[in-house]
Amino acid sequence: MKKKYDIIVIGGGPAGLAAAISAYDKGAKSVLILEREDCLGGILNQCIHNGFGLNRFKESLSGPEYAFRFIDELKTRNIEVMLQTTVLSMREDKTITAINSKEGVFSLKAKAIILAMGCRERSRGALNIAGSRPAGIYSAGTAQKFVNVKGFLPGKKVVILGSGDIGLIMARRMTLEGAKVQAVLEIMPYSSGLKRNIVQCLDDFDIPLYLSHTITKIEGDKHVTGVVVSKVDQNRQPIPNTEIHFDCDTVLFSVGLIPENELSKSANIPLSPNTRGAIVYQTRETLVNGFFACGNVLQVHDLVDFVSEEAFLAGAYAGEYIKKANKGRDAVDVKNGKNVAYVVPQKIDKNIDGNVKLFFRPTKMLKDCTITVKCGDEILVKKNKKIVAPGEMETLILTKEKTDKIVYEIEVLVEGDI
Amino acid sequence: MIIKNLTCIECPMGCQIQASIENEKCVDVKGNGCPRGKIYAESEVVCPMRIVTSTVKTDNGKMLPVKTSMPIKKAEIFEVMEKINQIKAKTPVRIGDVLKENIADGVNLIATSNIN
Ligand SMILES: Cc1cc2nc3c(=O)[nH]c(=O)nc-3n(C[C@H](O)[C@H](O)[C@H](O)COP(=O)(O)OP(=O)(O)OC[C@H]3O[C@@H](n4cnc5c(N)ncnc54)[C@H](O)[C@@H]3O)c2cc1C
Ligand code: SF4
Repeated sequence: MKKKYDIIVIGGGPAGLAAAISAYDKGAKSVLILEREDCLGGILNQCIHNGFGLNRFKESLSGPEYAFRFIDELKTRNIEVMLQTTVLSMREDKTITAINSKEGVFSLKAKAIILAMGCRERSRGALNIAGSRPAGIYSAGTAQKFVNVKGFLPGKKVVILGSGDIGLIMARRMTLEGAKVQAVLEIMPYSSGLKRNIVQCLDDFDIPLYLSHTITKIEGDKHVTGVVVSKVDQNRQPIPNTEIHFDCDTVLFSVGLIPENELSKSANIPLSPNTRGAIVYQTRETLVNGFFACGNVLQVHDLVDFVSEEAFLAGAYAGEYIKKANKGRDAVDVKNGKNVAYVVPQKIDKNIDGNVKLFFRPTKMLKDCTITVKCGDEILVKKNKKIVAPGEMETLILTKEKTDKIVYEIEVLVEGDI
Repeated sequence: MIIKNLTCIECPMGCQIQASIENEKCVDVKGNGCPRGKIYAESEVVCPMRIVTSTVKTDNGKMLPVKTSMPIKKAEIFEVMEKINQIKAKTPVRIGDVLKENIADGVNLIATSNIN
């Protein structure tokens, strides 16, 4: 078995696929993808609904169709894939320890490593709800896997907590398969999912969405029998005497995704407290030389098209990295200004050519707003937008001409009406 | 004339569209970010259409993702779902293979994944 590679990609989802293709096309001679599942495609395999690839392919594809566009591309190149292989740890010297049933525990070495492990769902543990722990409570992603991959409907009467896209998609999916979705509850005064999903997943089937509401009690001893729901105030605290009761046998949680970064910690890669992913330059290189990150392991994306775009970038720069010595850095920081939750990349290296695309999310919903990028008092870019919301990622392009002007740091901020 | 507010579902922008309706026909569309929004609004006020995605069983036990090749009438979604749930696909199967012709109004049901 070969032990040394130019580039090793961890994770074979859309991010890993695009990164491997792009690194190979940049001239990396030996590229390997390590994937713990028995097939490539990552989470897309369970996302059977359409709406993927509108930006990239100008077509509305299902998750598996989108994944196969890349898997087919991959197959035309000499890229190695090891399935059912889980990476256990990595070291800063770019040694990887992995396990599979054929080789047992083994190690590999790479000149550059691309992290593409995706994200996981926030668990119910993060929430504090009264009641015992009866059966019938799932994360929306787990339910999606049950229904779409295993062909099994977890329940007949459903309440969904959280209006993230996966929860909305599952409301429709379970309805189509004959379940009754009683309600979708969102603790915030706005939905965290895309507007189109509110229309085509809830409104189309008359499923009510209760904003500023949460579950305050789960009923049932062995199995869920119902929930108590309350309205919440501005501080997200339940308001007494606003309780509504719903009968149900299933509760789904769709309360957010977190980048899966246990591995990154093993190589001492610094993470951002805001994205929970690695801190990166515009090349998607982390602060540990030769480690790159892209896709949901770096920042939770709403759209797979952006995942692929980011992964092509990371792959290309990883391909460059193994070819030539680093010029040395001339880095400036990108700060979260007013109403901005995070910006990726967190650092811009002025020695790198080309424009920089900033991805960011606002902290709250704002109307008639201006998005500004400032360096001290100087305004580098200003853009008007009708509406921004935390559920929808924003992007802005900084041309090379602008990045050359940055002295020490820049700040991205959004101002507008609530 | 009545004005109906719609959210375009053709892409993630989710434009807020105002459709002016006269005699059950859309006579004017405002707020659409691109031409697809106009087509969407015109169809939505007369007869809403949707692509249906689901899964069918296969002869090797795996579930196969499927979709209607074109949008079908929203009002017929559940009828189509019943037909989908009776289909069992033969493997191997490739993306785009027709699993049932004319599942609704000349629209086919096609596979959206490969199973060997
Ligand atoms: C449940 C769920 C549903 C989603 N639904 C949608 C949707 O409907 N529409 C949409 O646009 N986006 C959706 N997303 C977001 C979606 O994840 C991204 O669009 C995209 O799939 C992210 O790609 P990725 O390659 O970064 O991650 P993933 O697709 O998650 O791929 C990561 C891969 O890494 C592998 N991996 C992880 N750790 C290891 C390890 N230690 N060793 C080896 N392999 C490893 C995993 O098995 C997986 O295959 C969903 C996300 C989740 C979690
Ligand atoms: S009108 Fe065009 S841009 Fe706006 S949501 Fe529809 S398809 Fe997207």
